Amino acid sequence: MSQRLLSLAALSLALATPALVAPAAQAADKIKIGFISTLSGPSAAIGLDIRDGFNLALKLAGNKIGGLPAEVVVGDDQFNPDTGKQLADRMLKRDRVDLLTGIVFSNIMLAVVPAAFEQKTLYISPNAAPSPLAGKGCNPLFFVVSWPNDAYHEAAGQYATTKGFKNAYLVAPNYQAGKDSLAGFKRYYKGKVVDEVYTKLGQLDYAAEIAQIRAAKPEALYAFLPGGMGINFIKQFVAAGLSKDIQLIVPGFGSDQDIIRAVGEPMLGLFDTAHWSYDLENDANRKFVAEFEKEYKRIPTVFAAQGYDTGLMMDAAVRRAKGNLDNKEALRAAFRAADFKSVRGAFKFNKNQYPIQDYYLRVVSKDAEGRIVNKKIGTVFTNHGDAYVQDCAMK
Amino acid sequence: MSGILILEQTLNGLQFGLMLFLLAAGLTLVFGIMDMINLAHGSLYMVGAFLAATVAERTGSFVAAVAVAIVGTAIVGMALEMTVLRRLYARDHLAQVLATFALILIANEAVRLIWGPQVPLNTPPALSGPVQLLPGLAYSSYRLVIIAVGLAVAALLYFAVTRTKIGMLVRAGASNREMAIAMGVNIKRLFTIVFGFGAGLCAVAGAMLGPILAVQVGMGESILILAFVVIVIGGIGSIRGALVGAILVGVVDTMGRAFLPALLREFLPPQFASALGPALASILIYVLMAAILFWKPQGLFPARG
Repeated sequence: MSQRLLSLAALSLALATPALVAPAAQAADKIKIGFISTLSGPSAAIGLDIRDGFNLALKLAGNKIGGLPAEVVVGDDQFNPDTGKQLADRMLKRDRVDLLTGIVFSNIMLAVVPAAFEQKTLYISPNAAPSPLAGKGCNPLFFVVSWPNDAYHEAAGQYATTKGFKNAYLVAPNYQAGKDSLAGFKRYYKGKVVDEVYTKLGQLDYAAEIAQIRAAKPEALYAFLPGGMGINFIKQFVAAGLSKDIQLIVPGFGSDQDIIRAVGEPMLGLFDTAHWSYDLENDANRKFVAEFEKEYKRIPTVFAAQGYDTGLMMDAAVRRAKGNLDNKEALRAAFRAADFKSVRGAFKFNKNQYPIQDYYLRVVSKDAEGRIVNKKIGTVFTNHGDAYVQDCAMK
Repeated sequence: MSGILILEQTLNGLQFGLMLFLLAAGLTLVFGIMDMINLAHGSLYMVGAFLAATVAERTGSFVAAVAVAIVGTAIVGMALEMTVLRRLYARDHLAQVLATFALILIANEAVRLIWGPQVPLNTPPALSGPVQLLPGLAYSSYRLVIIAVGLAVAALLYFAVTRTKIGMLVRAGASNREMAIAMGVNIKRLFTIVFGFGAGLCAVAGAMLGPILAVQVGMGESILILAFVVIVIGGIGSIRGALVGAILVGVVDTMGRAFLPALLREFLPPQFASALGPALASILIYVLMAAILFWKPQGLFPARG
């Protein structure tokens, strides 16, 4: 009995799968975007910024993507890969979204994308860009609008080398992006690595780690701790009095506006590396920063810029595909063209569909109005790709 | 491995342990006297932290924030006891677990509705820097304050339980509830007072830890598990047991986190060592609990003879 029920269920599911329905070869009348992100908990600031940036791009385009009225289905993964996977399944099968985006964390991304690939749905990543999907596991349905997981850290490693720090201590959470980050730093750092410590993902009290760092007395400390983890770490690092003796270097988001809001003055003088800065001189960026500040009354972060760029890219690609969402090949080709004016300046896709772009050195300092911001002070890499692309079989 | 490092890690362990004690003290009293498993104890910790954050933002005074949080959370706790929990005393433990788990969910959603998922609470500016304890050891002044507050509350509790009339009733209730009722103790009022008191202690922990950790929905759940470990180790119903158990758990947890990865790194590649390190460190607490239960099934300081 139960077996018959199961096979019946399987049959009806198979019939309901859109892949079996012949694709209609005309432009759709609307577009549905599935937006899954981390919108609650201590690491929510990143997801909220990506969402706000994305929404701003949509709003400025009259709530349309490539001329099609857009509907965004939002889901909160609560920083939990299982929840993210469930949301993706629901959006793909019930809501029938045309594109997926939004995910902040690589571990959630790796849990979600198989479902998207199975349904032949494009995933446009506004942030997470894990190395497994850049090399051997690269996929034609996966696009990264942000930066490869290692890139900020490679730039930071290069900066630490240029600056001549003889030794460095490394801290990262124990998950895919954490491992990618320290691998990236070490790839370009020529000094001695005193120690590398992987903490639990989502850890909030770093007293034990800070004591170890004090005992190790490194010249530089590289900390990859996104979101709330970074806020807590920097606050506790400063409170423990280590900031005077040890130069803290962080990736761009590690000292971005969300962290600055929470920590304040102690952040001044911190160096970081990023693919974008709020003072970049180009028209797209000037418009973005002005509109963002008008809309949300705060200075945008790199994450907001990534969300905004994701919106711009979708708009350009769907327009280029003439609104035909069912012809996946044409839609994919339209995305690959990356025919949009990014707020970061020059942007193009590598053959693994990860970006090739410039990376900048920024310093936390005060602007003319006395606000604490990240200022661009140099360029670390130009036209920089990633270290995994040669393993990608895609052309 | 230097002496300074060990000293600093001991301070870290002590600080963590004393905050656990504040949670465990209330929990152990409720459990010991009322024979009631209250999973929603962590929710009171959360409410305390949110109240403190609100007051700190409005008034700018951290002391006022802690004071209001204590009083406010105690009132919430007593109201909870009188309306809901009182009906659960006669039920079995399963019903209590189910009902108080429901309270966790309700509390989380209620807090999310009132305050949103997270509110900022910063260390008072005067305490945001380090103090030089020894040459080569600058320690966070705020963490020292936490240790001082924890010790002061522990002393106060000790005094209240051993030297006051209410304390005597509490001890009587914990060691033999039926006899205490038979001797004419107004157990109903006593329960309400104890519950309010436990809630107040939760608020102290929530308000003090808020600036170090984060004031967010769901902050009570993870720390509650540790609080249960503490009271199992210390002996249910015993304040002294809660203190010893909490410091033991705090120090063992911190030391494990600090030194296990280094130890494991001698044999294993770093990402395994540090994946295994925190995992082993958290297991360490439960190993400790299992060992103590093996030799002293009633815990270190059983309240009931």
